[in-house]
Amino acid sequence: MTNLEFTPLVFGISAVAGCLGALTGLGGGVVVTPALTLLLGVDIRYAIGASLVSVIATSSGAAAAFVREGYSNIRIGMFLEIATTLGAILGAFLATRTPTTILSIIFGFVLLHAAWQSSRGHPSDQQPKIPDPLAKRFKLDGSYPSTEGPCEYQVAHVKTGFSLMFGAGTLSGLLGIGSGALKVIAMDQAMRVPFKVSTTTSNFMIGVTAAASAGIYLSRGYIEPGLAMPVMLGVLTGSLIGARHLIGAKVHVLRWIFAAVVGFMAIEMIFTGVKGKI
Amino acid sequence: MTTWTDHRLEVIISVLLRTGVTISAAVVLLGGACYLAKHGHEQSAYHVFHETAPTYRSVSGVIHAAGPSNCQAVIQLGLLLLILTPVARVAFSLAGFALEHDRTYMVLTSIVFVILIYSLAGAH
Repeated sequence: MTNLEFTPLVFGISAVAGCLGALTGLGGGVVVTPALTLLLGVDIRYAIGASLVSVIATSSGAAAAFVREGYSNIRIGMFLEIATTLGAILGAFLATRTPTTILSIIFGFVLLHAAWQSSRGHPSDQQPKIPDPLAKRFKLDGSYPSTEGPCEYQVAHVKTGFSLMFGAGTLSGLLGIGSGALKVIAMDQAMRVPFKVSTTTSNFMIGVTAAASAGIYLSRGYIEPGLAMPVMLGVLTGSLIGARHLIGAKVHVLRWIFAAVVGFMAIEMIFTGVKGKI
Repeated sequence: MTTWTDHRLEVIISVLLRTGVTISAAVVLLGGACYLAKHGHEQSAYHVFHETAPTYRSVSGVIHAAGPSNCQAVIQLGLLLLILTPVARVAFSLAGFALEHDRTYMVLTSIVFVILIYSLAGAH
């Protein structure tokens, strides 16, 4: 295939991935890599490099809107970014030492989790019974705008959340994904941060986390300009379209479609990894 | 003098992020158009992994090579600007927390900043 045929194809695939990612809140990165490797036979390391760059674009683009609305908590974000960036550097180093077959299998399991996550809704917010003294020490408690005025919340299990964030960062650096789903679990379920605050703060953190592994990817030659260009522009365009239609879309139906697609990709990734064909 | 509240910081951060993404996307698009005009009829080869040329693997290499004669380096420059956007966000937050006299967060933000610089500056 010539570059003139290959580039629009990659752009199209990335745009669909970015749009679905924005509509379901799972991000485009997690779909782009399996799509490129399974459909176009791109080496997983190039795909991971291109996907990671696109993750920074969507995160920064979306965060710009959310930060302004006042939902995201920049202190929680900054505090936890210490864990995610350290994890991201570890993950990026692991990525260069892990055989591609193993990467593919790990990716498959992350996709399975994303499919499961996508098929169910999110649990209702629960406020912690015993707030964590560490939350006070690091000024993590905050408030967000609601129809009845500012709504105060407190943060629990700071250490557990911090450890989970290190794991989320490692996975992000290893697979070139935002791992937003895991970040939300750490904040929403462990630290009991309200769901809306968790998702927007997670989005805010994804760019910084990805930037930490991007430097290592760059110096290891994973970021190939000819491929990263249509992936980055495609995912960005798709996610902007997706975010614009978020209100009008039947999110429930979409979640199921997305879960099915991602589930299928998960099995394919595990299968190709096990057979050693990647 | 205006007081630096978290919300004010948030508004400036959102402008910074949007500007960074817009500029980098424009540079990538420019480089991409030039790349396709010059190399559009060449075969794409991403099936087999071989590290990209050393020029595209470091910040200084990309800056020196970017120009009309090297379109891939222009794309890479756009991607670098994108990677630097969150780094700039962290640097800006550091300044914001300094103006708020928040020592705890000045320390925490500095740690994140050093980790990011380590990743970008080092030859790994």
